[in-house]
Amino acid sequence: MTDETRLSELRAKFGRVPPAPDEPSPKPLTLREKQPRFEGLVSGHRACQGCGEALAARLVMESAGPDVMVANATGCLEVFTTPWPQSAWHVPWIHSLFENAPAVASGMEAAMKAQGKKTKVLAFGGDGGTYDIGFQALSGMLERYHNILYVCYDNEAYMNTGIQRSSSTPHAASTTTSPAGKDRMGKRHLKKDLLSIIAAHHVPYAASASVAFPADLQRKVRYAMGIEGPTFIVVHSPCPLGWKHASALTIEVARRAVECGLFPLVELERGSLSNVMPIRSPRPVRDYLEVQGRFAHLMKDKDPRAEKERDHLQALADYNIATFGLAGAAQDANDTGGAAAVGRGGPLVGGM
Amino acid sequence: MREALEGSLAIARAVALCKPDVVAAYPITPQTHIVENLSRLVAEGEMHTEFVSVESEFSAASVVLGAAAAGARAYTATASQGVLLMAEVLFNIAGLRIPLVMTVANRAVSAPLSIWNDHGDSMAVRDSGWIQLHCVDNQEAVDTTIQAFRIAQETELPVMVCMDGFVLTHTMEIIDMPSQEEVAGWLPPFDFARKLDPTDPKSFGMLVTPEYFAEIRHAHHAAMTRALPVIDQIDRDWAALTGRSSGGLLEVEGDPAAEVGILAMGSTVGTLRAGMAAHAEAAGPARIIKLRAFRPFPAEALREAVKGLKHLIVIDRAISPGLGGIVGTEVAAVLADMADRPRIHNHAIGLGGRDIPETIYADLMAAIRDPDAPAFSVFDVDLEKLAPEDR
Ligand SMILES: Cc1ncc(C[n+]2csc(CCOP(=O)(O)OP(=O)(O)O)c2C)c(N)n1
Ligand code: SF4
Ligand SMILES: [Mg+2]
Repeated sequence: MTDETRLSELRAKFGRVPPAPDEPSPKPLTLREKQPRFEGLVSGHRACQGCGEALAARLVMESAGPDVMVANATGCLEVFTTPWPQSAWHVPWIHSLFENAPAVASGMEAAMKAQGKKTKVLAFGGDGGTYDIGFQALSGMLERYHNILYVCYDNEAYMNTGIQRSSSTPHAASTTTSPAGKDRMGKRHLKKDLLSIIAAHHVPYAASASVAFPADLQRKVRYAMGIEGPTFIVVHSPCPLGWKHASALTIEVARRAVECGLFPLVELERGSLSNVMPIRSPRPVRDYLEVQGRFAHLMKDKDPRAEKERDHLQALADYNIATFGLAGAAQDANDTGGAAAVGRGGPLVGGM
Repeated sequence: MREALEGSLAIARAVALCKPDVVAAYPITPQTHIVENLSRLVAEGEMHTEFVSVESEFSAASVVLGAAAAGARAYTATASQGVLLMAEVLFNIAGLRIPLVMTVANRAVSAPLSIWNDHGDSMAVRDSGWIQLHCVDNQEAVDTTIQAFRIAQETELPVMVCMDGFVLTHTMEIIDMPSQEEVAGWLPPFDFARKLDPTDPKSFGMLVTPEYFAEIRHAHHAAMTRALPVIDQIDRDWAALTGRSSGGLLEVEGDPAAEVGILAMGSTVGTLRAGMAAHAEAAGPARIIKLRAFRPFPAEALREAVKGLKHLIVIDRAISPGLGGIVGTEVAAVLADMADRPRIHNHAIGLGGRDIPETIYADLMAAIRDPDAPAFSVFDVDLEKLAPEDR
């Protein structure tokens, strides 16, 4: 049964508003109005408690609105939302394979163009589907300049198949295919700097975001939705099962990743850095590592290798802070401190 | 209008007549001229389609999957390594029951590397759940391509139109090109009931537990079986419009009273026709069975077609190492319960583009008189070229 009326109501309520920065809106919108809450992904799915990916996808859908269709790569998000005959999606959604979501989305977008429709196409993939196996298809999608927002839910391993390492797994993290053992300190390679590779395609917009900063994430989604062309957002999404932290700590863990500098929140437009979220007071990497079982082998104080790897990770975080200029001046409303102090609807800026 | 056209150009024109909304393809010999000609038609404004120039066959198949799922008439073409690179997507397209059309310019599969024609590529995806139709000449390839769009729409299944690489794709032939009006009046607009649509959001490609999987496979098999009469009917409809049939599911030619039958697919049928015309007097007459629909397999029609035959020569243009012929094995299985079934002589010929001369007709006919002949052979193999231990 089709319901055009309902869709046009939803479009009016949640639809994409083209950004008009020069025109001051006649009546200032309330924070709630600024952050419409379309439920594109509803509860009842099968994600683990505290799943960062489930939260991230819900936030993305809220901001993307109803006039979208989704191509979803194989992975946790796909599996936990659609156990036949149930589906948690309230938008048209298709899963084809692990490595082709960007290409399937390209076809969907071409179909929309051919039919003169404006529905925005979204493509979703995990870090495995994005950094690794679907990387070529993603590059093709960006190069061909499809009007698609690609969101990578980065939980830093192949979670759906039981926590195997990906090229996004951080250095020294223990996974089932990079286990820490007598001779190994977890993953031996670095986390791939995917964002730089994306940016090298000179796409209009590429950004990193985190579930710890939902208002920032949603602002980035809304911004990307307003762009006609390929856009990319990678969302740091802790996985309690794979990272081995308490389910209640998802937000805390994600926040520490940003605050220590290991997962910088940045925005790149046409290949150049256009914005970063400054860190109010950078925390030691150790604060981030110690709450996760995947780094437990780095916490052995008497093991010199553990200390070396901790130093290595700290150096990587310091490098990020220096490279992206993340060390903010104190009390910036948009820094990690300000952005964390949110009510629903956005940062609490200037007395609001 | 009758014109002398290269096979690939004719196919590109036929596709253009069907007005696909989205075309995605990646070049590979011997399919290249099809993509190039389509690109040229688009560049010259003679074809209005979203042409997605992908970075691989894997993406080509994925793009047309997404496009058709989103309600667009979609087309792609490939061959050989491209078919194999697409394989995972091809199974997915069929499993999702997405109607679209693909040309396979049949070519051998590497290694050893060969750019020449055999059926190793489409055979490798035999069980993907696609309809597979084989064409004897370029006129059939044109007509079958147009029919394929209608078959896909009516059956909600993907259709692979197989045409022999080089032998057809690169050969000039007089083609009767249908007019735009003819095709427009004959091919209904693409209207996919299960399309992705924000006014009626549905989820596709979900995780299915053992509780439902068998039912879904059964339904797919049933849909393929139901496609048999549809393929036949659409060919009749096309014949009613144009006066040209491409042979429905299969076609019986030659001498109906002959005791020997030869079954083949694709351009080999043309060679056998010519061979019979030249050599029937010496070698004896045969009934030629031209198998057009390889999937779904027309078992009933085949049993009818072989009635009265004492010998049936089955030609394979591919090989299943360790078993033998693929078509031959299937034919044997389908005829197994016939009371007076013919003796089957299964031969692979023309592998990797080995030329199939007209004289093959006489050689094949002679071979059935050899009582010691194996049930399967690579007929045109030259064992002298092999080291003794490889023979
Ligand atoms: C071609 C192919 N190889 C391997 C798999 C098995 N597989 C399914 S999901 C998955 C990992 C998914 O990891 P990621 O993309 O990071 O998503 P997550 O589950 O972590 O959210 C793997 C390896 C597959 N489905 N297809
Ligand atoms: S394994 Fe991790 S990513 Fe997958 S559902 Fe559980 S918490 Fe989410
Ligand atoms: Mg992952």
